[in-house]
Amino acid sequence: MSKSNLTRRGLLKTSAIAGGGLMLPTYLRAAAHAGFTNAPQGDTVTLGFNVPQTGPYADEGSDELLAQQLAVEHLNGEGDGGCLNTFTSKALKGNGILGKKVTFVTGDTQTKSDAARASAKSMIEKDGAIMINGGSSSGVAVAVQGLCQEAGVIFMAGLTHANDTTGKDKKANGFRHFFNAYMSGAALAPVLANEMGTDRRAYHLTADYNWGWTQEESIVASTEALGWETVNTVKTPLASTDFSSYITPVLNSGADVLVLNHYGGNMVNSLSNAIQFDLLNKQVNGKDFKIVVPLYSELMAAGAGENIKGVLGSMNYNWQLENEGSKQFVKSFGEKYGKPPSNSAQTCYAQVLLYADACERAGTFNPCGVVEALEGFEFDGLGNGKTLYRAEDHQCFKDVLVVRGAQNPTSAYDTLEIVEITPVEQVTYAPNHPMFGGDEATLGECNPGA
Amino acid sequence: MDAIILQTLNGLDKGSAYALIALGLTLIFGTLGVVNFAHGALFMIGAFCAVFLQRILSLSTITIDETQKDFLGNPLKVETPYVHNWFGPETGSLIIDWSVPLAIFFAIPVMIAVGFIMERGLIKHFYKRPHADQILVTFGLAIVLQEIIKYFYGANPIPTPAPDALKGAADFGALFGFDPNVIIYPYWRLIYFCFAALIIGAVFAFLQFTTFGMVVRAGMADRETVGLLGIDIDKRFTIMFGIAAAVAGLAGVMYTPINPPNYHMGMDFLVLSFVVVVVGGMGSLPGAVAAGFLLGILESFASTTWATTTIPGINQIIIYLVAIIILLTRPRGLMGKKGVMED
Repeated sequence: MSKSNLTRRGLLKTSAIAGGGLMLPTYLRAAAHAGFTNAPQGDTVTLGFNVPQTGPYADEGSDELLAQQLAVEHLNGEGDGGCLNTFTSKALKGNGILGKKVTFVTGDTQTKSDAARASAKSMIEKDGAIMINGGSSSGVAVAVQGLCQEAGVIFMAGLTHANDTTGKDKKANGFRHFFNAYMSGAALAPVLANEMGTDRRAYHLTADYNWGWTQEESIVASTEALGWETVNTVKTPLASTDFSSYITPVLNSGADVLVLNHYGGNMVNSLSNAIQFDLLNKQVNGKDFKIVVPLYSELMAAGAGENIKGVLGSMNYNWQLENEGSKQFVKSFGEKYGKPPSNSAQTCYAQVLLYADACERAGTFNPCGVVEALEGFEFDGLGNGKTLYRAEDHQCFKDVLVVRGAQNPTSAYDTLEIVEITPVEQVTYAPNHPMFGGDEATLGECNPGA
Repeated sequence: MDAIILQTLNGLDKGSAYALIALGLTLIFGTLGVVNFAHGALFMIGAFCAVFLQRILSLSTITIDETQKDFLGNPLKVETPYVHNWFGPETGSLIIDWSVPLAIFFAIPVMIAVGFIMERGLIKHFYKRPHADQILVTFGLAIVLQEIIKYFYGANPIPTPAPDALKGAADFGALFGFDPNVIIYPYWRLIYFCFAALIIGAVFAFLQFTTFGMVVRAGMADRETVGLLGIDIDKRFTIMFGIAAAVAGLAGVMYTPINPPNYHMGMDFLVLSFVVVVVGGMGSLPGAVAAGFLLGILESFASTTWATTTIPGINQIIIYLVAIIILLTRPRGLMGKKGVMED
């Protein structure tokens, strides 16, 4: 006759412990096995793509998602392999990451920091995402980067241009491939001097939030270094739709250049309004009046239509680049989706491949191993030419494009033309540069999670 | 002085859009007693009537040009609009160029039909429900309408320019003795103001000088008595809903060259327009128009460097600040009448 040791109290204790275990988020349970958050179990690894799927940047998010899906295909050995053929690191073999098939989940940032954090948190805790990638706003990038640092996963930022992302808000678990506002200023300055001279008076209209402020600071610094005078800097509410009341004061301000530190819908409207007031046909101080849009995107150019003709700006990437990596990426993306990739799509594609490559080279998914592999990593073949992931701030350093609204586009895709490829040396700055938080800004320690 | 004139012109221009939307809102509230949160969506649909017509007029035949390459290096597909084939390149281009003014004639029947369908299909079922229910259902309808537009046209703004002949700016100041190029103002914005004045005048004349308008005004004052006289006032009010939708739609059509339209543009105007209606006085048509222009002008002056330096952030709160002051001093708004929304 067998004797059971089961007691009522024992059963209750066991049930409570088992119940508590089941209630733990996925990443805590997995961590118990491998010492880091969301260690992949089985033969798959899950990536989290957090992009705006609703709201005003939904089209940009959609383009990012297409690129991310393409990257997953290429990592899994499907399609034409894309930039795996041109990437100088040969660690990726088209068999997933570390032999595990890549799967992905998606979240909707709505281009709102709280919504973006919530969707990233859900992907990490419920879906077991080991890396978060995407986004099209600096506010979102900083918020999600902070969350990933706390959770112990890697954040590979999408489109984020504010200096703070890899400046005062930089984190050990976060990496930015996209360029930043300082780089825009440094790349644009010589072209502005060349085309407009060094005796100019600039009037800035700036979107009143973090990104706008850092861009204004960067452009003012670089243009004043040329000898330009800043006549005025006016902050415009983010919710503004009609900028006429901000543009009319420009008319008689004595300024001969208008700098629009706006992005997305703000930029489309402010530029359209400026053109309506015939600013580009005006003569001030004996010079032709000019407009500068420091940060361009293809979607903004499409939205602004012919208003963008001849207006200078900068970009992280343009599909018209002639290097092998770019040609390969445009071919893969274009043949699959019937259109060339935007610069936000390219940065997301590159980030996914860079993460996967870092895992392969590190031989682990452990975020601290990935951080170590990415820091100081030099590569080529992903579309931007030679690039360095600087160890001190996790910012990519590469050539920056100065572009101009095309005068005679032959299709809906060549709305922008490349004026100059500014060499990386010209846009490089010290890691403790005051615009990036100075000596006080630190990456902190890598967090592998629980 | 030049700054004051320019900001007044800006204010009148902004006020034109506010007044047109608020006029439609007040027409619907005054006749049907419905607080229509979908009115901003009607403004947006009007704007997309212009986009739709532009696309229709730009429908093209595709020919392959072996001498040019696309982004993948394949022979370029060259699009030639049908109107070029039918009327010749010059006339065809002119037709496409004038698509926004032409869209006025397209938008009127479309918007009246949209208004009828909205009122008969959904809103009439909520006449006897509390205002909270009406707000919820019309707000939900607005979201549905904008998501439908987003599905077909995407989230990105779509350039819909004014005709070439109406681009650029007029030297407005020179007409009044100022130095040349001191007070310049875009032609299309001046046209927008004149167009708004015309529409507002037409609506008032329609209500004031036609038998139909007289019955509607009588119905707005005392619906029950008009009904007892054997007049089908509901039918007339449905027509007024259609007219209000057309007014909002026309405001949207003409706004497209000012800012490229996107699916969200109605929401950008909705809250402001409600403030305009409340400040003007619920149910008061002259109040809505007067408040539209007043708040437009105040908003413009609050955006000047002088104003934002003196009181930081004033440009973001001026409309709401004025609304609070007016409602504290005149609880029924500028021209509101006793008994409206006071049960």
